[in-house]
Amino acid sequence: MADITNQSLNEIIENVKTKKVSSTDLTKAYIKNIESAKKLNAFVTTTFDQALDKAKQFDNKPNFDQLLPGIPLAVKDLFCTENTKTTAGSNILNNFIPSYESTVTKNLWNNGSFLLGKLNCDEFAMGSSNETSHYGNVINPVGDQLVPGGSSGGSSSALAADLTPATIGTDTGGSIRQPASFTGTVGLKPTYGLCSRWGIVAFASSLDQAGPMTKTIKDCAIMLESMSGFDEKDSTSINKKKEQYSKNLKDNIKGLKIGIPKEYRVDNMPKEVDELWEKGKKILKDLGAQLIDISLPHTKYALPTYYIVAPAEASSNLARYDGVRYGYRSKQGKDLIEMYEKTRSEGFGDEVKRRILIGTYVLSSGYYDAYYLKAQKVRQLIKKDFDDSFTKIDAILTPSTPSSAFKIGEKTNDPVSMYLNDIFTVPVNLAGLPALSMPAGVDKQGYPLGLQLIGKALDEQKILNIGYAFEKNCGFKNEIKKWWS
Amino acid sequence: MSLDKEKIKHVAKLARISVDDAKVESLTKDLNSIFKFIEQLNELNTDKVEPLTSILNQSLRSRKDEISDGKIREKVLKNSPKENEEFFVVPKVVE
Repeated sequence: MADITNQSLNEIIENVKTKKVSSTDLTKAYIKNIESAKKLNAFVTTTFDQALDKAKQFDNKPNFDQLLPGIPLAVKDLFCTENTKTTAGSNILNNFIPSYESTVTKNLWNNGSFLLGKLNCDEFAMGSSNETSHYGNVINPVGDQLVPGGSSGGSSSALAADLTPATIGTDTGGSIRQPASFTGTVGLKPTYGLCSRWGIVAFASSLDQAGPMTKTIKDCAIMLESMSGFDEKDSTSINKKKEQYSKNLKDNIKGLKIGIPKEYRVDNMPKEVDELWEKGKKILKDLGAQLIDISLPHTKYALPTYYIVAPAEASSNLARYDGVRYGYRSKQGKDLIEMYEKTRSEGFGDEVKRRILIGTYVLSSGYYDAYYLKAQKVRQLIKKDFDDSFTKIDAILTPSTPSSAFKIGEKTNDPVSMYLNDIFTVPVNLAGLPALSMPAGVDKQGYPLGLQLIGKALDEQKILNIGYAFEKNCGFKNEIKKWWS
Repeated sequence: MSLDKEKIKHVAKLARISVDDAKVESLTKDLNSIFKFIEQLNELNTDKVEPLTSILNQSLRSRKDEISDGKIREKVLKNSPKENEEFFVVPKVVE
């Protein structure tokens, strides 16, 4: 058989079901790819022996009725995995071996898949280029010196390089969609509350959502169906009937109303991004959708709001890393307070420290109203912009990112320019909405660019359908040469 | 407003992160540029806006007040950097 690892998840599942390939041979094929792709640095931990055992178990007693029968999967190293080291890309968790499994990964395993390894990411998911990881930069398979996006950079890189048939990431301000856009893959941030946050290393709890990263829209539907669902252990989990996203996938989008927000045309945006957006509009229009100009007037305030809310929540969430109960402890420090201070100073990287300090400051006595309360009010306005628009439209189409993948080191000295990379993705997290990034074309350097579809809360099926129709008519093909092996 | 070095040292103290004097300089520069960016929000009048405290249209659930797990001391202590049979161990706090 031709190389199975460059097929879509859906095709691989069909091949397993029709016994064209065994789970063991499939797993071996991915292990081979991973071993020859060390240059990409996409993995922090591999679990090959365990994966081969699980594959063998499946082959001995296969259950083909599951959604992910005998499928090996690598996941972002932010999901706690029982008895497998979970670092969150941080030195402070370099020896942490959870005694429990995150709900989302447990859901994946219950659907027939098993763990292949843990994927590199920005430290505590704070970053847009995977350059803040304690475990080193991840390389984008698209080109040698390129970042894979962040924070789910190991996930996007591994997926695009055929090191896993599909994967999952987390998205607090764009951490699934921006890396998907940078690698020519599909990424979905679900509605806040659709996937359980239990067992995911917390960054900003009112924004964090786990979601699928895949090669095709159909794969995305399969993965979302497998990972989502109500969980009692997450107090913000939404209790609703499970949907069959893959079975209900339709490519008829005739009559749907697509909003085009004028505020997403920003200064200095490369011409190619604008052209790609035009191309996307034309494809949807030709398929019978109706384009409607809309306004989301508070868009420019989304990033400043995010950089109050997210660090504030992070400073509170990351207070737990004190060197007492788990994780790294400094050998220095003559008393308890000094032990805390040294542990946190040595355990956290620069970007994480920066955000903890911002968060501590905006929540400190005398500044709370000026920053945090103000941000909560603006967040309300941003949400209202979306609510108002969604009374007259079905979905919104925008670019996913203001540029294609940039070079390693290009933005590390200027935090604000790095933050600006999330300008189109952050508003969605603040409003708790679902959004999909789908590959749509390449820029003049040949680097992939994505378009984003934003839906109403819990309207994942609709944006998947639009994406499905778009994908069939867009003609994008991710052509990555395997230069690293 | 702008943050000076003293203020940053104070905030670092609150956050229990020791910061080298050598690093305070670059940290001051970075944080000031970030706060300049954040303070764009002051252009907006939000006097009549209610703060958004939850994105969900549902109130938090309550559950029965009963024990659902326990007896996992070993698991809880497993990852501690320093332990003494049944306890976490920290540097001496009382003389």
